[in-house]
Amino acid sequence: MIARDHATPTISEGHTRRSALLIAALALVGALIFTSLVLLSSNVPPLAAYNLIFLGTFSTPTRISDMVMLASPLLLCSCGLTLTFAAGLYNLGIEGQMALGAVAAMIPLRLLPNLPPPLLWVLAFACGAAGGAMWALLVAGLRIRLQVNEIFAGLGLNFLASGIALYLVLGPWRRIGRASSSGTEPLPTDVWLPTFGTLRVAPAAPVIALIILVLIWFAVTRTRWGLELRAVGLNPQAAGRMGIPATRRLAESLAACGALAGIAGAIQVLAVFHQLIPSISSGIGLLALLVVLLIQANPAWVLPIAAAFAIFTTGSLQMSVALGADSSIAGVLQGALVLFALLARGLSGRR
Amino acid sequence: MEVSVHNLTKTFGTLRANDRISLHFAGGQIHGVLGENGAGKSTLMKLLSGFLRPDGGEILLDSTPVALGEPGAALRAGVGMVHQEPLDVPGFSALENLLCAAPRWALPTRIEARNTLIVLAGRLGFSIAPDDPISALTVGQRQQLEIIRLLACGARTLILDEPTTGISAAQARSLFAALRRLAAEGNTVLFVSHKLDEVAAICNTVSVLRAGQVVGEGQVPMPQPQERLLNMMFGGGADHTNPVETPRRGVSTTVPAWQIEGVSARDGNMVLAGLDLTIPAGAVVGLAGLEGSGQQILLRLLCGQLRPSAGRLRLAGVDMAGATSATFRQGGVEYLPADRLVKGLVGPLTLAEHFALLQPGGAIINRHGAEVKARAAITGYNIKATPDSPILALSGGNQQRAMLAMIPDNTRALVCEQPTRGLDVASARAIWGRLMARRDAGCAVVFATADLDEILDYSDYVLVFFAGRVSQMLPRAELSAYRLAELIGGVGFDAVNGRAKANPQ
Repeated sequence: MIARDHATPTISEGHTRRSALLIAALALVGALIFTSLVLLSSNVPPLAAYNLIFLGTFSTPTRISDMVMLASPLLLCSCGLTLTFAAGLYNLGIEGQMALGAVAAMIPLRLLPNLPPPLLWVLAFACGAAGGAMWALLVAGLRIRLQVNEIFAGLGLNFLASGIALYLVLGPWRRIGRASSSGTEPLPTDVWLPTFGTLRVAPAAPVIALIILVLIWFAVTRTRWGLELRAVGLNPQAAGRMGIPATRRLAESLAACGALAGIAGAIQVLAVFHQLIPSISSGIGLLALLVVLLIQANPAWVLPIAAAFAIFTTGSLQMSVALGADSSIAGVLQGALVLFALLARGLSGRR
Repeated sequence: MEVSVHNLTKTFGTLRANDRISLHFAGGQIHGVLGENGAGKSTLMKLLSGFLRPDGGEILLDSTPVALGEPGAALRAGVGMVHQEPLDVPGFSALENLLCAAPRWALPTRIEARNTLIVLAGRLGFSIAPDDPISALTVGQRQQLEIIRLLACGARTLILDEPTTGISAAQARSLFAALRRLAAEGNTVLFVSHKLDEVAAICNTVSVLRAGQVVGEGQVPMPQPQERLLNMMFGGGADHTNPVETPRRGVSTTVPAWQIEGVSARDGNMVLAGLDLTIPAGAVVGLAGLEGSGQQILLRLLCGQLRPSAGRLRLAGVDMAGATSATFRQGGVEYLPADRLVKGLVGPLTLAEHFALLQPGGAIINRHGAEVKARAAITGYNIKATPDSPILALSGGNQQRAMLAMIPDNTRALVCEQPTRGLDVASARAIWGRLMARRDAGCAVVFATADLDEILDYSDYVLVFFAGRVSQMLPRAELSAYRLAELIGGVGFDAVNGRAKANPQ
């Protein structure tokens, strides 16, 4: 419950901006010290490692385009989680919602391969959104009707979703002639989302993500619906007394989050992997959880933090080649940032 | 045990909550500490019981300076505090609570704990058995358990913070008897309250705090004229004539606010059956009775939070069969809960944001409109805040006024649960001024409280609840304080009994 308080947005608290900056600085310094200790303990020179993590992404256009293709679904998931966090929900089921979105996006691609690609893309995105939303509504139903905590409902459904994806990859949608857990038959190249020259970046993905980011920012900060979500998240009983349909808002925020995660899943299928693979969500949903925890669900900060996390992850991919260290160090840095930010906030709240 | 404080000071930011307080509490006596909300009573008591550390000054127990860093240390030194809300584990029995909340040195074995509980309860006249589950105890009994725990841990000074809030009159009497007995045995009792009659009833001395300082020459012996104590609490200029504006009778000839015919309803193990009532518009109806005698069921029925299992409930003539609380709200019923920050308002949101939430319709927030409304409420209701103040930052009285300010003008009926809970006299009076204005505008006001004076001062009609039975609507003018107290205690209840019967099952 304490952590839930941290997740509450702080949009109306302009006067605390200076202490917020102080917290951010403290968290950054703490996380860097912690990560450096990890690096030193495995005999990796920290400066060289940080050079890769922070700047490695910008060394070649290919890496930049990889970063953008990671940042796009990450942005979408963070946007969705901003809504559920505002409503006071920990939607840990976002990974499963992404996977189900990817599975649903595959359905029109497999059933109607002869449609013109633009129509197919629209269909795939719509199906992805619907699939993710449906999976999230299962969480909502469990939470509202059966009082199952959304964290456990979400985690359980994550296993189910990855089971469904694996079953489809090995079973009905297996490659012709050989079943391989590496994925389904790749999609024909003409239904891939068009890319920029030979780079892997599909401009449609970041454009969709940015449009949705603006919509979410507007919804949370300017609309009555967003204010109602926050009221429900902060005090459902009082919100109910003021005439806000609290359970309805909970379900809506989950459905919207699931839809955005589903669109992210569709991007993974159409523009990143070009097939369904069992681990289609690639941990992006969990990374988005870190993003939203770090920014306390304030939509104004989604873009910079999601981009920074994408840069760290892409940059550190070269670690094994350049420094003989594992690329998971980006995860250490991201996790440490969130932990130290929560710690600094907790300490400043106690004083 | 003698307790003294010398130049005790505690500041929170720029606020001097306790400003060089020097007081001496002699052993074997009950000492009242009076003051309005925010006078610094709670801070002083928290300093004495180790929940806060002083910024300056010293605390002396039996003339020895002590440093009470935390509640455990204070308890070892012999000072224990009973909080307004007892701190216990609902799933445990009384004995288990005693065991887990007492340090090992105090109660080494289960058998010893059981004996201690039985002996202390018997000595103090408390009705608690070791195996009673906490969930089945009333607030008063949980408070008794807490006193037993503190005594078992060796407390020789007991601090009670507003101990009679939320407990029945009978429990208060038994508490007072126990406190007198403890004082007679040589213990020191500090009794924090803003109820003058209670302080007059049991205290040997009284000290009044105002704005963090001790008023006047310090501790004064009781009895004192009520006039003088009010003067000390609120300063000379305050108006403290009793607000007995002759209650107005319901003159309205319009449709009654609520008509209840043969309604039965159940809440937990309490059942109200065969309830027949007509609550007129433009009148204040006070629900009196011991805590948990069925008042809650009626309040919840009236605002649609509880559905009747039988019978008919009409709101302004409209049958409300199958209606939800949202339907009641649309029908003009507003509910003011006692737990303002739990059920009433969204603490971290600002005043303006609350008004934005209450704007009718519109997908986009009209920030300007909400701010204008918030400003109007601030001036109209004398709320000490800005539109951008989070509700959390307001005092209890200001929160209550804010909640009143948010009630729409077309409200037909108000259901209030303890409308002045935790408020000082001045704030309470301001709240009732507002409620009376609503009544005069034709709104029905139904309220429940444990405070008999509040019932008598403000009601046009009184409904007495006794052991789940409900009286007829008794006109206030025909009811004396003595008669009301008798009815609450069940004396001669049959003569006024309505048809309703509620049976605890």
